[in-house]
Amino acid sequence: MTTNGNGKAPVLVVLQMTGGNDFMNTLVPFTEGIYYDSRHTVRIEEDQVIKINDKLGFHPAATPLKEMYDNGDVAIIQGIGYENAIRSHFRAMDIMHTAEPNTIATEGWLAKAIRQIDPHGQNVLTGVSFGRGLPRAMAAPGVRVTSVGDLDSYGLMTSVEIKEDRAEAMDIFKRFYTPGIGSGPTMAYLQQTGDDVLTGIDRLQEVPGQYESTVEYEDNGLAKALRDVARTHIAGLGTQIFYVQHPGYDHHAIEMPAHEKLLGELSGALRDFMDDLREHDVAEEVVIYAFTEFGRRVQDNGSGTDHGSGGGAFIIGDRVEGGLYAEYPSMDPKTFANGEDLAHTFDFRGVYATLLEQWMSVDSVDIVNGKYEQLQPFKTA
Amino acid sequence: MSTKAVESNTDPALIAHLYRRAGFGTTRDQIDQLSEQSYEDIVEFLLDPTPETGVPNDDLTRYLGGEAPHAYLAIWLYRMLNSRNQLQEKMALFWHGVFATGLVKNEHILSSSNQIEMFRRNGMSGMREILMDLAKDPAMIFWLDNNENHLGEPNENWGRELLELFSLGVGNYSEIDIKHASRAFTGWTFAQSPPLYPHGYYAADFLFREDDHDNGEKEFMGHKGNLDGGDIIDIIVEQPACAAFICRHLYNFFVADEPQVPSWNDLDPLDPELIDAMSKAFIDSDGEVKSTLRVMFNSDSFKNARSKKVKSPIEMVAGVLMLTGEHTDFKPGLAKYPQSTTFTMGQILLDPPTVEGWHTGKEWIDGGNLTERINFAVEEFSDGLSPGIKAIIDRIVASGSLETPELFVDSALDVLGPIAVEDSTREALIQFAANTEGEEERSRSIRMLRLIVSTPDFQYA
Repeated sequence: MTTNGNGKAPVLVVLQMTGGNDFMNTLVPFTEGIYYDSRHTVRIEEDQVIKINDKLGFHPAATPLKEMYDNGDVAIIQGIGYENAIRSHFRAMDIMHTAEPNTIATEGWLAKAIRQIDPHGQNVLTGVSFGRGLPRAMAAPGVRVTSVGDLDSYGLMTSVEIKEDRAEAMDIFKRFYTPGIGSGPTMAYLQQTGDDVLTGIDRLQEVPGQYESTVEYEDNGLAKALRDVARTHIAGLGTQIFYVQHPGYDHHAIEMPAHEKLLGELSGALRDFMDDLREHDVAEEVVIYAFTEFGRRVQDNGSGTDHGSGGGAFIIGDRVEGGLYAEYPSMDPKTFANGEDLAHTFDFRGVYATLLEQWMSVDSVDIVNGKYEQLQPFKTA
Repeated sequence: MSTKAVESNTDPALIAHLYRRAGFGTTRDQIDQLSEQSYEDIVEFLLDPTPETGVPNDDLTRYLGGEAPHAYLAIWLYRMLNSRNQLQEKMALFWHGVFATGLVKNEHILSSSNQIEMFRRNGMSGMREILMDLAKDPAMIFWLDNNENHLGEPNENWGRELLELFSLGVGNYSEIDIKHASRAFTGWTFAQSPPLYPHGYYAADFLFREDDHDNGEKEFMGHKGNLDGGDIIDIIVEQPACAAFICRHLYNFFVADEPQVPSWNDLDPLDPELIDAMSKAFIDSDGEVKSTLRVMFNSDSFKNARSKKVKSPIEMVAGVLMLTGEHTDFKPGLAKYPQSTTFTMGQILLDPPTVEGWHTGKEWIDGGNLTERINFAVEEFSDGLSPGIKAIIDRIVASGSLETPELFVDSALDVLGPIAVEDSTREALIQFAANTEGEEERSRSIRMLRLIVSTPDFQYA
């Protein structure tokens, strides 16, 4: 069990790299001949790699991430996955969201964690997703979570441009959604839900006004979402699970410039986010988990890479014991899954269990449906 | 409330209710025209789709077509909004929900869209025909692995779901029945395969492989012999449980929200009398869906079931777009609704979360989804320039109802449906009307409409 330094409730920020990040080009095995033999065009030359040891190095666009790694804040989980990996984005992402690779499940792993943290649903902001649409990871029947497209414009009837019209409409709207005044259970549920939304909105709308920072985030969707997370956490609304998404990793074609841009956004946004948290003296309360649904094919297709397996993930924060965790997937073709994919070396459910048990103090057995080997990526003192 | 006197046989509120359930909605002006007919005649019109009253396929493909899923989703939404065969489109959505097949697995939009076209064609026909087509549908075969169901190595995925989710329901068959049914469907596969890779977008065709078919003796629900898939379906459709199961699905979709399907074996139907009457029609007509629907729509239970169902996301979106009249002709931007708008509300057509389909009723609602539903409807009513909204405001202004707050509210509720609301909702709307007395008519009307579409009452179908 770790502690988060100042005794405050632990916070987990889950960052979804949507589309299947090319792990081999994120953490490059630059001494492996088979890497260069398989990747004729979609590859990072050895002299470009930012080395972390004598075998592996970051993509040059990930320089900020390398700096955080050198600072001891980044745990890299190499070769994450599960048996018989699925190459469908949708199904693979579903598996990541529900922690259930074998049957089709509907309850999200984070929603189940929220159910444990806040069993009576007392705070509608215990779980907050920034971005369009609630990810399945955050959804389960009876679990109240909040989904925010954009914190600065968050609210109801935001398309109503005239301020007075909107204020007037909201006054009437609150009357519609007064709990307990309607007839029947469905109306009662609708009104309660609307009231929850209003409660969350009232508190979230105060967040931007309370925030000051010298950190200037870059102008991209992920940086914006992480800034929203920072602002909401700093405002102290009791949120323990945040969700953000960084789409675009499905690089079947023209991977080199596109992947460079994404890794630049990713690592820059993470650096700014950590700087912001430190400036507000709350960095010890927050851990980030960045994941993707699968890795990509060992062999490139001349322009990009197709769906594969054996992806990687990152656990980042001041309470993290930085370093390499699990094994880098074997580059021996005899070990490849399906004869062409990196075989995973660590079950993703063990990573969830690690985060849930060691960081969130939540029992993981019912969430990941069993006991899985865990990592030890947190500082113990 | 109308500007001209209309000879009315049928209550406009009843027609609005029928069109929200048997279709995706309609406009107040169309209701005026329809109300000259008897209710039963309107039901018959809906039960009898003809190509002439649909939407020409050529135009759809030319203006909205393409290989990406969103192009097909736009085509389907266009049909929902503009086909006069409203029930035909609604039945396609109904069967899509029951026989839930997901792009998540096959990633082959052509197979999925062909499956929906099949439901459009056979959706009101006989249950035997519907299940037989389904058993031969490549998207379904791939979705439930019947292409992996081989002689000597049966795969029970299709056999199980056929009985559990598609026809009889839990508790009305045995594990032995599943094993024998699965053997009867060995060799039912397809010639050209979904998924997309590596074949690309070519249609897949059903293929019966005699050499992979189990011709041994099977025992299924008291029948013995060398049964094949067709025999299994014949036996299924004769079961009283099949009638009851399909009728309960129809009731849940068209009449009132039932508990979720897995509990049906434990919980009695909300309206056993109507289910019995529908089952009788189903059995008497040898499993004809159209006869069953006729009994259902003409029942008092149906007519009185207003505010008994929560709109699905696609019903919310199509219903609002029907009112704004923005997509009565081809124009860009339609694809965003089924692709992203309904997604943020919890539904992507052609991609149900599991083979169980979508959970319905109040499970459509959570804080995020409700916010999305409200913000969507309010935004679509953001100005008075859309043709449908302009017509709605014209009616309100011309009715002279802006004189008193009560009349103003009732007029607006009438023109948007008519729709029924809770007393508490109506009182809040009257307060708004009172607060704004004397203000400019059109601006006041659009603000009233925005409020109505944001009510909890508007979440009901």
